Amino acid sequence: MAVDESKKGKSYPPFEYEVGREKIREYSNAIGVHAPVHHDREAARAAGFRDVVAPPMFAVVYSAGSVAQGVLDPELGINLGRMLHGSQEFVWGEPVCSGDTIVTTTTVSDVYERAGMEFYVFESVSKNQDGQETVRGTWTNIVRTG
Amino acid sequence: MKEGDQIPELKVTPDKYLPHRYAGASGDFNPIHIDPEFAKAVGLPGTILHGLYGMALVARAAILGVEGDARSLKRLSVQFRGMGFPEQEVTVTGSVKEASGDRIVLEMEAAQGDNRIIRNAEAELEL
Repeated sequence: MAVDESKKGKSYPPFEYEVGREKIREYSNAIGVHAPVHHDREAARAAGFRDVVAPPMFAVVYSAGSVAQGVLDPELGINLGRMLHGSQEFVWGEPVCSGDTIVTTTTVSDVYERAGMEFYVFESVSKNQDGQETVRGTWTNIVRTG
Repeated sequence: MKEGDQIPELKVTPDKYLPHRYAGASGDFNPIHIDPEFAKAVGLPGTILHGLYGMALVARAAILGVEGDARSLKRLSVQFRGMGFPEQEVTVTGSVKEASGDRIVLEMEAAQGDNRIIRNAEAELEL
């Protein structure tokens, strides 16, 4: 199936995620991050954060639900069984702390076909409750068609 | 840190159940990461590590040279290539590509033996 380039620019409804302290701890433990600022409120406050602070890659936890709207969009018709996560970029802004509410909006930034493969590129922009950007993600998914 | 300097290596051996804990923590329950029978049915040798878990290890390694201060990490881009497997040691390496003022760019990769699971990674730090 040829890719539908007209879907370039399509956006999905904002996705809201409320950041909890235990989720930050659970995620930090899973990736082996043990610095006290990611686990202990007092340590985080002493370091100048509002509350327990998320490690940078926690961005996947609060933004994946937004990007999933694109990955699962029947109008794009990505063949999930043949999809690979090809590459990923994050650009970080304001740190994310327990108690924050993060709203992420995802756009289809590019759709193209090259060398027998379909490329679906999503851009996600996440902002906290004060409107400050916390992360901008570029998610490149590749579907092998050959 | 100056151009060409190596950053400290990060070595981690994810245990057999790590992909389960990462699935719960991240919300990514794709069965290729947690169900050996499913993984084999789709032609894999067994369950594979989440790519974004590997990226999290690269993010950890990127800040080892700056006393582990996560605030210094401003950007990280990676390419997922080889598949990673539990119960095999992951080694993350990197070197300074550019250093100007308080901005440092690292080039990095993650490998299990000869199997380079993350390539062409680039991390930007602000000191």
